[in-house]
Amino acid sequence: MAAKEFDIPKLPTYIEIPELNPGIMDGDGPFKSVEEFQTPLGFPGEKVDNWKEVAIEKMGDLKSKYRSVQVFLDSCVKCGACTDKCHYFLGSSDPKNMPVARQDLFRSVYRRYFTFAGKHFPKLVGAKDLDDEMIDDWYNYFHQCSQCRRCSVFCPYGIDTAEISMAAREVLDTIGVGQKYCNQILGKALTVGNNLGLPEPALRDTLLDLEEEVEEDFGAPVKYPLDQKGAEILLITPSADFFAEPHIDGLIGYGKVFYQDGVSWTMSSYASEGANFGMFIGSYDIMRKASLRIRKAALDLEVSRVMVGECGHAWRVAYSFWNTLSGVGAGAQSSDEHAMKLQKQLDDRYPQPQHIIEYTHDLIQRGKLNFDKSENDDRTVTFHDSCNVARATNMGGIEGGQFILPREVIKAVCNNFVDMERSTIKESTFCCGGGGGLLTDDLMEIRVKGAMPRMQALKEVEKNEGVNTLAAICAICKSQFSKVLPKFDFDPYMIVSVHQLVSAAIILDKPQTDINDADEAEVVETE
Amino acid sequence: MSTISIIFTALFYISLFIFIVGMGRKIYQFSITPAPLKIPTAPTPLTQTGVVFRMIREVTLFESLFRSNKWIWLFGFLFHFGLLLVLVRHLRYFIPGDLPEIFLLIQPFKYAAFAMVIGLAGLLVRRIFVSRIRYISAPSDYLMLLMLIIIGVSGVVMTFTNNHTDVMMVKEFATGLVTFNWANLPTETHFLVHLFLVFVLLAIFPISKLLHVPGIFFSPTRNQVDNARKKRHISPWALKQEKEHAVRLDQTLGKDE
Repeated sequence: MAAKEFDIPKLPTYIEIPELNPGIMDGDGPFKSVEEFQTPLGFPGEKVDNWKEVAIEKMGDLKSKYRSVQVFLDSCVKCGACTDKCHYFLGSSDPKNMPVARQDLFRSVYRRYFTFAGKHFPKLVGAKDLDDEMIDDWYNYFHQCSQCRRCSVFCPYGIDTAEISMAAREVLDTIGVGQKYCNQILGKALTVGNNLGLPEPALRDTLLDLEEEVEEDFGAPVKYPLDQKGAEILLITPSADFFAEPHIDGLIGYGKVFYQDGVSWTMSSYASEGANFGMFIGSYDIMRKASLRIRKAALDLEVSRVMVGECGHAWRVAYSFWNTLSGVGAGAQSSDEHAMKLQKQLDDRYPQPQHIIEYTHDLIQRGKLNFDKSENDDRTVTFHDSCNVARATNMGGIEGGQFILPREVIKAVCNNFVDMERSTIKESTFCCGGGGGLLTDDLMEIRVKGAMPRMQALKEVEKNEGVNTLAAICAICKSQFSKVLPKFDFDPYMIVSVHQLVSAAIILDKPQTDINDADEAEVVETE
Repeated sequence: MSTISIIFTALFYISLFIFIVGMGRKIYQFSITPAPLKIPTAPTPLTQTGVVFRMIREVTLFESLFRSNKWIWLFGFLFHFGLLLVLVRHLRYFIPGDLPEIFLLIQPFKYAAFAMVIGLAGLLVRRIFVSRIRYISAPSDYLMLLMLIIIGVSGVVMTFTNNHTDVMMVKEFATGLVTFNWANLPTETHFLVHLFLVFVLLAIFPISKLLHVPGIFFSPTRNQVDNARKKRHISPWALKQEKEHAVRLDQTLGKDE
């Protein structure tokens, strides 16, 4: 299918709230999933005959299981505070991309079937029937939401469109209207162990090649171990780190930091994926299934620490949900056998799970890493706060640590760092435009348009501060930026992993090889 | 008692009944619905104390709204703060006999009614003229504002113009409702409209967006402590599922560890 032609948004000096263009992003939405991908996840292969009853029943089920859904559907007063906060609205000007309007696609149906006012006075309160057209709108517009939660920061009641969009996608999956991209990937993650469907031998080869390459380039025997039982740390990282650019340079960086610390670590071929697309489709059960793989890997490999690589929503799932879903964390009650089984094994001197940034930051604080910052002198760096990290997690156990730690790490390895405009970073950060299950070519138009606010802030620091490097700690952000940067006249290679910057500046010791050589020499002599 | 007084007395109890039962049910529903996952939104407090302060700032200062949009905040704050003072002043009608002295402090704040009406007018103007807000408005959103404006204006008319109503009679009526010692009420039209719309407001509270009042306290993005790594948080339905290995996916995917 030929890609739809569309205009690339212009980058203004400051972001203006666009005039409304109703229907401009109307469409069929992303490619629909088919039976092959639906069935394994327990969803119908195609739209079921009695979809309306099934959908309404599912809505009732969800609002009884999630307080967020119930409270958010009831509490919105339509004040309008969120209307200019979504990057997809700012970039596309389609009013259904205003957070409240997006929620109202779901809320109007909720009102029609579940509330007194909506049952008896639908016109008065804006309640709407659930019909084919509404389902189409749901499918289209709930796949123009990256679940970035920026609207939730600004809502006086904290209403989080991500929760509504997850619920809507779960209802859609339940009636057999799934999204191909997410559901196909989930099938691979839940059988092979990663989103790419990279089996163990391929993964092992990739990592061996990487070891050779790193030793050649940097002269130190940095290892990228796989399935090493008894290692201290299990690293769970997005599978994009194994092959994609610029992600892999980040993986190289993690390895160098582990090497320099002298800690034993491993990755797992069974749980070789940090990303958890179960969150995107709103399914607690599937998200839990994916998390249980990590739990099993941690138990099988008998590690005492679980660490997470640079991935935005993976860190959200790990930080906020793993303890709940699979017991990877701390503080379970002693009667809670499921969680205790793992938590007894994990070392409580460290946060569980720990982010690679927290780990590197801690080593820097303790003076265990040495850097030659001049290696990054050709760069003027700015940091893109990835939405899930920024708004749904913490680092370092201090308030706002998720903003502070990555910046501290960058500043420790780079001489030139500047931030983008305050209203576009930290808790107010603009999404890259590709999160929430939207990182697929069939959604390129909304991805480019949604990137506009971030690109605008970047353009300003490029012009005014000479920024030529955009650092991020999210696999989706990195992939998305690689694609959209050139559309806005940026260098596509300006996007880097934070650990790529670390990797460039870190000074590696090479004593281990020397000792080994000496040992070998001695052995030879005694013989 | 006059017929009109009987009707209004009945309306009071009916609307109050709907309010109490409706709100009770809704609050019960909110409270029994589990929040299965930790979803606080940044900037997130790491302690329970922090959450309490965050909630206090949200409900007294409208902190998030202030960050979001200064105009909506200004009008919203004027309205809500004005309404609060007006409500406290109205307590004097319901307390039998002389007022406790503490109420004398609030009496000078009768001008709060203006703040309330100005705030409401500002919100209505925005709803009509800002195209984004017009787009998201249903008829009920305008009606709600109109109703509150009529309540506010009719109150202002009684307080600040020569259309005073007999406040002693109002007090007798209102205390009568509380003490079940029913009395006649004044029958000026603007007073009856004022009172009737207040009853309507009470009655629609549990079935309308006025549910934002209890809603904010139950909002998981605002009321959760950010301590997911330190303490295992699990909802009853998820725990049951975990114990029973009840998640059923396809065979290849569905095997638990």
